[in-house]
Amino acid sequence: MKRVSLIAAAAVAACVTAQTAGAQTLKTVKDRGMLSCGVSQGLPGFSAPDDKGNWTGLDVDVCRGIAAAIFDDPSKVKFVPLSAKDRFTALQSGEIDVLSRNTTWTLSRDTSLGVNFAGVSYYDGQGFLVKKALKVNSALELNSASICVQTGTTNEQNVADYFKGNNMKYEVIAFANADEAIKAYESGRCDVFTSDVSQLYAQRLKLTTPADHVVLPEVISKEPLGPLVRHGDDQWFDVVKWTLFAMINAEELGVTQSNVAEMAKSDKPELKRVFGTDGNLGEQLGLTKDWVARIVKATGNYGESFERNVGAGSKLEIARGLNKLWNKGGIMYAPPIR
Amino acid sequence: MAIEARPPPAQIGAKLRRALGGRSGWKGLIAQLLFVAVLCWIGYAIVDNARDNLANQRIASGFGFMSQTAGFGVSQTLIPYSESDSYTRVFLVGLVNTLVVSVIGIVFATLIGFLVALGRLSPNWLISRIAGGYVELIRNLPLLFQILFWYLAVLGALPGPRQSVTLFDSFFLSNRGIVVPRPVGEAGLDGFLVAVLIAVIAAIVLPIVARRRLFQTGKPMTVWPWIVGLLIGLPLVAVLIFGKPFGFEIPVLKGFNFAGGSRIAPEFVALTLALSTYTAAFIAEIVRAGILSVHKGQMEAGASLGLSRGATLRLVVIPQAMRVILPPLTNQYLNLTKNSSLAVAIGYPDLFSVFAGTTLSQTGQAIEVIAITMGVYLLISLVTSALMSLYSWRINRSMGG
Repeated sequence: MKRVSLIAAAAVAACVTAQTAGAQTLKTVKDRGMLSCGVSQGLPGFSAPDDKGNWTGLDVDVCRGIAAAIFDDPSKVKFVPLSAKDRFTALQSGEIDVLSRNTTWTLSRDTSLGVNFAGVSYYDGQGFLVKKALKVNSALELNSASICVQTGTTNEQNVADYFKGNNMKYEVIAFANADEAIKAYESGRCDVFTSDVSQLYAQRLKLTTPADHVVLPEVISKEPLGPLVRHGDDQWFDVVKWTLFAMINAEELGVTQSNVAEMAKSDKPELKRVFGTDGNLGEQLGLTKDWVARIVKATGNYGESFERNVGAGSKLEIARGLNKLWNKGGIMYAPPIR
Repeated sequence: MAIEARPPPAQIGAKLRRALGGRSGWKGLIAQLLFVAVLCWIGYAIVDNARDNLANQRIASGFGFMSQTAGFGVSQTLIPYSESDSYTRVFLVGLVNTLVVSVIGIVFATLIGFLVALGRLSPNWLISRIAGGYVELIRNLPLLFQILFWYLAVLGALPGPRQSVTLFDSFFLSNRGIVVPRPVGEAGLDGFLVAVLIAVIAAIVLPIVARRRLFQTGKPMTVWPWIVGLLIGLPLVAVLIFGKPFGFEIPVLKGFNFAGGSRIAPEFVALTLALSTYTAAFIAEIVRAGILSVHKGQMEAGASLGLSRGATLRLVVIPQAMRVILPPLTNQYLNLTKNSSLAVAIGYPDLFSVFAGTTLSQTGQAIEVIAITMGVYLLISLVTSALMSLYSWRINRSMGG
């Protein structure tokens, strides 16, 4: 841990001194022939290597989508696993081009870290995981509990706010990474493991008997998660932002991985704009006309990616909930491609 | 015997030239001044450039964040701390935690180290093999692994708070740590403390007086019964006069954890155990080497004076060995302090964990936070070094070395 931070800090110092503002990230990525994408150290459903060593997950798909839009090849991504603590430094220093690592969008991060959030890929909230044997039904019964948490997250502050706000005592033990925190929770050092709800489901799978543990109903915070880029490169910011929007719009338009080739031939004006058979929207982004087709071919639309990675088609089986499209009862909404 | 004329004292200019310019005189001096100027300019350029670019990228910089509210909890705070305190306070909390674990670790490591070294040199076959086995086992396993072993395998295996191992219903041992009754001051506390203070001062002064008498008059003076009497008697008298000095707050299980009492967290115990046993293995080898470096004639001389093996070691061998032991021992102390930053793996809130960890990621001000943290570790190490040098200087002086 220590060495990583020191190197990262040194890298920030070095790069910050060398780099001029508004670097041409898109050009750099094209020249390099590879996208460098910061992900988690292994969070099932969001970013984790499968048994063949391929990175998969919702956050990973965003990066694969960007690579597909640029190179028409979703495999041209170098994934850089980062701890919660080191992630921003890695982005600031230019070690990665985009950070897609279940990162909560907050004002202070947006303004003081020199980063821009490109959108929301998952609407999450913080919750609590406890052992069923404790017979706790509500977070309000957690007075005097010991809580394991991962350091460098918004969770640490939320839990302080929540317990203070409800006049409850607590003891928080902060670990450098989520694996250590969940291990300590399992060993009985803590009564509670707290994190974003999606992560609770993912981490629960790592326990010996997941069924003995339950996620409490309370959601104590808003955690909009999404990809982010360095501040000061608007073109690159647009590329990342619109890759995510393209995935969401594709779902809304009914474009899927399997029907994308047919849909691309459609005569509908809306689809013609999206697939670049009419106009040059993709080129305005610095990409090619068929950028949306490339993305959907690589990762599927947002709904497909969701179901495959965290939804019904995955071990996590998380309900879409807030992450349903806006016209299906959720709040997932993307500006139109026109 | 002819008196030779001493060379005239060098002029100030010449002295300066020799000191700064070396053999090449003024030319060398100018070259060095230029070199220093270039170094300063590079340093300035780096700082200035970094500041400009941080501003351009809209990354916050400066030390203003130190007064902002931290807003997160810390599990072990030896100075008062709450979530609404500032990052400066967090920094102090972390610093105190680091110092505490380092100092206690150093004390234990030294004790265990010396014992193991003496054990390894012992003529007793079994003891020397056990000590040897300890050294070879402990020093050859990675420290992080040992920390996790103590934390997860040993302390993690303890029962939960409800099933804790208890002594007199006041001492509890569980996977939440060790909970003990906490002394709470009552009416007689002030008088009691004064009595203890007087007794302790007497216990320090009396042996010095006795030693001086011995050197001056040659008459030995037995002081230890006096000291024991004072240490027990004085506080006892104070209790009789002023009343009970303190009561005890007994911890009780309330909800998930114990309320009341004092608690030693398992993170602290695991870290202290791992650091002190690990460093002790290295210290043992250093002490053993130091003792072996003293000529064996010294041991024989002690024996022929009728001193026991222990007394010979204590009075003759170890004082001489200390000169060899101290420099590498200092290194081990520094290593222990720096290794304490591995605390981050088991959630012990040391300086590295709460400041270079949580504070860094919440404020995002990597350069400032890392610079402060490095400065602090450097300062702790330099102070430790200075103290050890002072000790070493005193030993050398007393031995006429």
